[in-house]
Amino acid sequence: MKLTRRDAVAALAALGVGGTLSGCVAPPGSEPVDVDRLRETLVAAADVIYPSEVSGTATFVETFLEGRLEDPTHVAGLDEAVTELDDNAMFWHDERFAALSVTDREQVLRNIDVDTADEDPTGTTSERVRYYVVNDLLLALYASPAGGELVGIENPQGHPGGLASYQRGPSA
Amino acid sequence: MPATDTDADRTPVGDADVCVIGAGPAGGLVADRLAEAGHEVVILEAGPRFDSADRLARQERGIRPAYDRPAIWDSDPERDAYESSGERFYPLNHARARGVGGSTLHWQGMVMRLHEADFNSASIRGVGTDWPIDYEDLRPYYAAAERELGVAGADDNPFAPPREEPHPMPAFRPSYSDSLFAEACDGLEIAMHSVPNARNSEAYDGRNACVGYGTCQPVCPSGAKYDATVHVKRAERKGATVIDRAPVQRLEHGPDTIEAAVYATPDGEAHRQEADAFVIACGGVETPRLLLLSESSHYPDGLANSSGLVGTFFMDHLFAGTGGVLDEPTRQNHVGFLTSESHQFYDEADAEYAPFKLEFFNYAGPSPVGMALTGDDWGDDLLARLRSEYGSHVGMGGLVEQLPRENSYVGLDASTTDDHGNPVPDVHWNVGERALRTIERVNEIQERILDELGAEITWQVGRENTGPAYHHMGTTRMGDDPTESVVGPDLRTHDLENCWIASSSVFPTGGAMNPTLTIAALALKAADHILERL
Repeated sequence: MKLTRRDAVAALAALGVGGTLSGCVAPPGSEPVDVDRLRETLVAAADVIYPSEVSGTATFVETFLEGRLEDPTHVAGLDEAVTELDDNAMFWHDERFAALSVTDREQVLRNIDVDTADEDPTGTTSERVRYYVVNDLLLALYASPAGGELVGIENPQGHPGGLASYQRGPSA
Repeated sequence: MPATDTDADRTPVGDADVCVIGAGPAGGLVADRLAEAGHEVVILEAGPRFDSADRLARQERGIRPAYDRPAIWDSDPERDAYESSGERFYPLNHARARGVGGSTLHWQGMVMRLHEADFNSASIRGVGTDWPIDYEDLRPYYAAAERELGVAGADDNPFAPPREEPHPMPAFRPSYSDSLFAEACDGLEIAMHSVPNARNSEAYDGRNACVGYGTCQPVCPSGAKYDATVHVKRAERKGATVIDRAPVQRLEHGPDTIEAAVYATPDGEAHRQEADAFVIACGGVETPRLLLLSESSHYPDGLANSSGLVGTFFMDHLFAGTGGVLDEPTRQNHVGFLTSESHQFYDEADAEYAPFKLEFFNYAGPSPVGMALTGDDWGDDLLARLRSEYGSHVGMGGLVEQLPRENSYVGLDASTTDDHGNPVPDVHWNVGERALRTIERVNEIQERILDELGAEITWQVGRENTGPAYHHMGTTRMGDDPTESVVGPDLRTHDLENCWIASSSVFPTGGAMNPTLTIAALALKAADHILERL
């Protein structure tokens, strides 16, 4: 399955953030952040987090991030989580997270226990990386119709997909 | 998500005719009716006014595991502190939302009328007590309440009490999983029928039809599900004033009348709202708490409490459920509401078994996004798990009546205080054997249906692990005798000439139907009685 910008816009609409089809916007009212670094990190993390049968993740993630950038509080938390992710990557591999191989990226996430952590936007490093990086990517995918389709639900929770699908049988 | 304007004018309204305390469905409906009649109405609400533009962000909170139920509508642990001292823990802040709209902000939205026998439990079933009014007394108010809330329903329930006109909107169509259940229920001769929903199946009253976000509990982002902001805003358009973040601390009174509601504001000030009439509409917990906090030399046991029954007879509905998996797709979690129930066994209730209803879930089992956010896996492993674990669940619920019991009550816990120094409510919840015995019967029926369906049963909520349905009732009961009740059939307190209570707290018994339509009907009845007196 190839993910598109429109899939990302659908995901954003369900979360109440942005979702325009215009270009990248800087986060208003917040401390300057390196948006390119956030984008590269999330796209790199998506290579680990998303299933191999989806493609087009870079466009999907970049568009989703555009919407998230409209929330300064979220941006600040994301920036902090990405910084700590990069610090761990530098410590173990002397490279930023986004510059690592997919295998090494996954190992960095596991090194800081992100796989077993519960998400918490104000918690430990692993809990914040889980919230702002891993779970935000999972939320974008699996609360969208594109991600739902992978699992067999056209109208996943959080998406305003109408009243037809709940009445349909599996072979309809 | 900032709630309300901190700098808003929260000073009292001069020359108010009516002060309504609480901006939930009861308070909103009463305020709307009284403002419509031209009266000067002020509503005092302890919680904030939420910005409707934040609904989607609250929905995200509802989906994400980082936020528990109280956090979704900004519950404040100091403001909302409470004690739970009964034999069963009562999760009060999971059960309510505080703010303009009240608990309808997070409710499911199921709106049935009580059955005729519910109003005469003692006479017909031999237990509990009779209401001082009958179904026929409330029937026109039920019809009016259905129009006010906007109810989608059908006349296909052979067990429902008589009605005089169709529901305002057509019922939601059955789900795919309803069709699976229907086959099993046919084999067992159990009738299924539609569910009346306070949720737009088509555009109604200026609100859009449901678009299927699937997160009805705890947030409807589209506004298709009714919540009490509808009537609070309507009352404001008719001239009523809403003062939010204004918890009433006590009611100043003489022997026969309330003179003023003393309320606090975020700036630390205290104000007195005077009015000719007062309506307490704070639900089954905060209503008795406010009366108990308003004790005086004349009412040493609490205001309007000559009967000694304020706070007593706290009731909820008990949940009973059974679920499992099939070896075929069941198409769950597309929507967050129910489309089919069975009330077939409801009126078999007697002294030994309580009335109960059966529900057929459309959201059995976990949703894929919920599983994704809480697992220890990602990538292909996660997708494989989602495909394996989503899609074949089935589930049934049921609500069971509990009888009013003197040892089930809401009191004050003086050892703990809220953010204004007031003793917190103590929810002392006890259930009773009749309800627990009935839960076993509900489970047996659910097991028969699931067996007939060919399901492997994987979970059950029964007598040991049952919990409340978050329907607070009974703590200022209605009755004819002032020694055995707090309010009369006109919803006015026996003790005070200018104080009415609009709330599920006046229910003498609870039945087993979701209570909000009855709350709304009683609120409209209360409004009529108040208008007669003003």
